[in-house]
Amino acid sequence: MTSPLHELDVRRLLCPMPVIKTQNKVRTLATGDTLKVVCTDPGALSDIPAWCRINGHEVLEMGEQGNEVFVVLRVGEDNGALF
Amino acid sequence: MTEASQPIKRRAIALVSGGLDSMLAVKVMQEQGIEVEGVNFYTGFCVEGHTHAIRKKDKDKEKRNNALWVAEQLGIKMHIIDISEEYKDVVLNPKHGYGANLNPCLDCKIFMVNQATLMINKARELAGDRGFDFIVTGEVIGQRPKSQRKETMPIISQESGADDRLLRPLCAQNLPPTLPEREGWVNRDELHDFSGRNRKPQMALAAKFGLDDFAQPAGGCCFLTDESYSNKLADLWKARNERRYELDDIMLLKVGRHLRPQPHYKLIISREEGENRFLEGYRYQFTSLTTVSCPGPLALVDGEFGSEAELEQAAAIVARYSKGRVEETVTLEVRSPDGVAREITVAPAQPDAVLASWNVG
Ligand code: SF4
Repeated sequence: MTSPLHELDVRRLLCPMPVIKTQNKVRTLATGDTLKVVCTDPGALSDIPAWCRINGHEVLEMGEQGNEVFVVLRVGEDNGALF
Repeated sequence: MTEASQPIKRRAIALVSGGLDSMLAVKVMQEQGIEVEGVNFYTGFCVEGHTHAIRKKDKDKEKRNNALWVAEQLGIKMHIIDISEEYKDVVLNPKHGYGANLNPCLDCKIFMVNQATLMINKARELAGDRGFDFIVTGEVIGQRPKSQRKETMPIISQESGADDRLLRPLCAQNLPPTLPEREGWVNRDELHDFSGRNRKPQMALAAKFGLDDFAQPAGGCCFLTDESYSNKLADLWKARNERRYELDDIMLLKVGRHLRPQPHYKLIISREEGENRFLEGYRYQFTSLTTVSCPGPLALVDGEFGSEAELEQAAAIVARYSKGRVEETVTLEVRSPDGVAREITVAPAQPDAVLASWNVG
């Protein structure tokens, strides 16, 4: 896989802040863009994919690296930026 | 209800807490052909979230974010909004006062409905017909002693600025018709007349919709309805001589054993591995104590020690909660936020030396 276009550092933030920050970042991206989110709260591994399913984004990869977890997603048709 | 003849598909934004009532309210709207999107507000006091961070790795059942789970079940989009900064004023200065604990429920509802109103106003400006026509909540008259009474319903509508654009599908028949009812976007006869604390009608409706496995928070949607939590918050304000808080403060009140041996410092002592890992992340902000001669908890010191004797007292207390409590001495590491550490050896405190009155919460 080519490396993700964008990266978001939400280390140390607690759920649901990683999801909120991901949502706000995705609103600034275009359909097809890829984003890697790096977090320390393991809850993000269930919350970010759930958020992606609801909002039509695709999870390309996720995993753990030491004390950190990461999710790589591809922005779907609607980046959610209605307001 | 969803004939193709309907000219415009009406859209609503629903306040979704993650509990059953807001879930049912959305479902009732969907049954009437309304297109719904959800909004969930993060205040910092939410019961959500913290459970993730402190859960024991691999041990606890996978925790879920209920608002996201509800959205997935209902097939709606969900906007999660961080209002933690603006929300401070609601907690610190509630115009309508507090409930049984430090829960400012009425002001909180007004605030959240107001936020939703601002959202629909903005969306209308930007998106015209793709905006939202009204707001939906899962409120039920008489459900909560303070915020969900018949008299408070119009207060929320008016003070939030939503006015008759606020529809409560679960108790609408007990209230004057709102804009979506008067305009015929929704059929009032198919809305509900729930009231009181009896949950049977909700359970029946959930069964009818085939919903199960939903979250049923006992007290309310946030930690402010919890007595022990409210006591800790009140203690924090008292110790600081000032009513204010940062997000980190209110996170830490959710975790660990809180003991205040002296007015000017408090110990936050982890009770299990998950809390340990959670508190670990705060060691660069607080002086911390950990046992080194035996397994034991991690303790953060909120405040300053007035003397070496106070540090020794704190170390003895922490040792009391370690595996070395029966030993003659326990060695601990005292680390300051900048990482500078030294060791200290103390005799663990005897059980009766840890006073019950030190317990905060
Ligand atoms: S329980 Fe908490 S979140 Fe729910 S209305 Fe009351 S103050 Fe607001």
